[in-house]
Amino acid sequence: MGEMTDRKPVVIVDDVHVEYRVLATGKRAGVADARKLLERSRKLRKVHALKGVSFTAYENDSIGVIGSNGSGKSTLMRAIVGLTPASSGAIYASARPSLLGVGAALLKELSGERNIMLGGLAMGFTREEIEEKFDDIVDFAGLRDFIDLPMRTYSSGMTARLKFALATARDHEILIVDEALAVGDKDFRQRSEERIRSIRDGAGTVFLVSHSMGSIRDTCNRVLWLNKGVLEMDGSPDEVIAAYETSK
Amino acid sequence: MSLADNAAHEGLKRVGARPPFGVYMAEVWRRRQFIYSLAKFRIESENQRNRLGMGWVVLKPMLNALVYGLIFGFLMADSRPPNFVQFIVIGIFMFEFFATTFSNGAKSITSNNALVQSLNFPRMSLPLSAVTQRLLQFLPCVVIMLLLNLIMGAAPKVQWILLIPLIALYFMFNAGVALITARLTVHFRDLSQLLPFVTRLAFYTSGVFFSIERIAPNNETILRIFDLIPLHEFMSIARGLLIDGADYEVNPMYWLYATVWSVLLLTAGAFYFWAAEERYGRND
Repeated sequence: MGEMTDRKPVVIVDDVHVEYRVLATGKRAGVADARKLLERSRKLRKVHALKGVSFTAYENDSIGVIGSNGSGKSTLMRAIVGLTPASSGAIYASARPSLLGVGAALLKELSGERNIMLGGLAMGFTREEIEEKFDDIVDFAGLRDFIDLPMRTYSSGMTARLKFALATARDHEILIVDEALAVGDKDFRQRSEERIRSIRDGAGTVFLVSHSMGSIRDTCNRVLWLNKGVLEMDGSPDEVIAAYETSK
Repeated sequence: MSLADNAAHEGLKRVGARPPFGVYMAEVWRRRQFIYSLAKFRIESENQRNRLGMGWVVLKPMLNALVYGLIFGFLMADSRPPNFVQFIVIGIFMFEFFATTFSNGAKSITSNNALVQSLNFPRMSLPLSAVTQRLLQFLPCVVIMLLLNLIMGAAPKVQWILLIPLIALYFMFNAGVALITARLTVHFRDLSQLLPFVTRLAFYTSGVFFSIERIAPNNETILRIFDLIPLHEFMSIARGLLIDGADYEVNPMYWLYATVWSVLLLTAGAFYFWAAEERYGRND
């Protein structure tokens, strides 16, 4: 499946397993809690979220990740970014992959303008770079008239647009977008899909997690199908999506 | 060829691996604008909805000083040091910087979990930003301290300049404390419940509102112990610089002690914090 190629590998996922310790009540247990609880009862369960996933992503790849809820999509993405440690196996990357998630850096009491500065600095821009990109970000988000208002007054769609515009203002080598395209109206969705394609064309690699097969078909050249923590299929969008849909 | 060999061959690096200390510190330095802006914007954000806005930055410690000054001024009628107003204001303002850094610094990773989980930046930026935020709030207090001294009839002195290195040392000291507690809180969440008591303890043992030299002038053991308490050293030096009179002559060794404390804690804190860089933001 694409192993024999001259293209440069960007992300290599090598037999990655991820296990969570989960209480039978559904609550995640901390390390300290886990030991105590094991002694008292057997309610602690291990959930094997990823069971030996391996694949190689190349530059200019735009990879859709599909699967039903709980199939391990988000876990895989978080492992690629380095936020969830692999229980065994390893993930290698040519650059630090970034998850589209600048939202957490923002302060809702402050204006959109201030937040663009703050979010940009958090992503590693310098002040001058942000000032240069400022107009692009505002226009892409379509927030020209509201940029001086505090973010707490924004609607959820406006907030999501600002976050997406900010996060994609940087030339990411490896970008992971987890369900972000579900937000915003149709017009914005089209613009964001275009933005993702242009990142891919700029020698970047994009992972797109989505339940919208339309978005995946429009933006991806390769699809991974995860099923209960196992990589069920890895191939062209048409082929994998067809197999996924008949399996349901 | 295995995937791991292939990765090494292509020059790919393991995701989430911690960079060497020097590289890491250089990366932190590169993020200084972020550290500063986060600190500044947090202050703004905290005061955004208050009518008096930024006025609270100086009003809060002044009210604190007023309350403590009245209560302890009354309680300690006989053992009050001279120039008690300046004495207590300097004590409270200095202590406030430590106390707020201590609690904010300790929570700087745990309360920003979402941020830590979504963006890649050296995590040390967060505790450093917490200390910077408190420093920015402390600086107007320094101006008030100086004004108060002028109002109370002191003439400006050249040695006030020495406040600058003192504040720099105090900043380093607080940064060291914040780095250590930030990591400890990640390992033991319960620590954040304990912190207020540690702060209380520090309050009563650093001579914020009493002068140990007056209370126990002949108890050598107590005096020697106080010589080694860093907060007491910082406060004594500040009082010595600002307030006139023989009562405020400072043991010059305090400068040495304070410097040693600051350098030691900051270095230890930086190493200690960096060593767990891969650990921050994980859920278990």
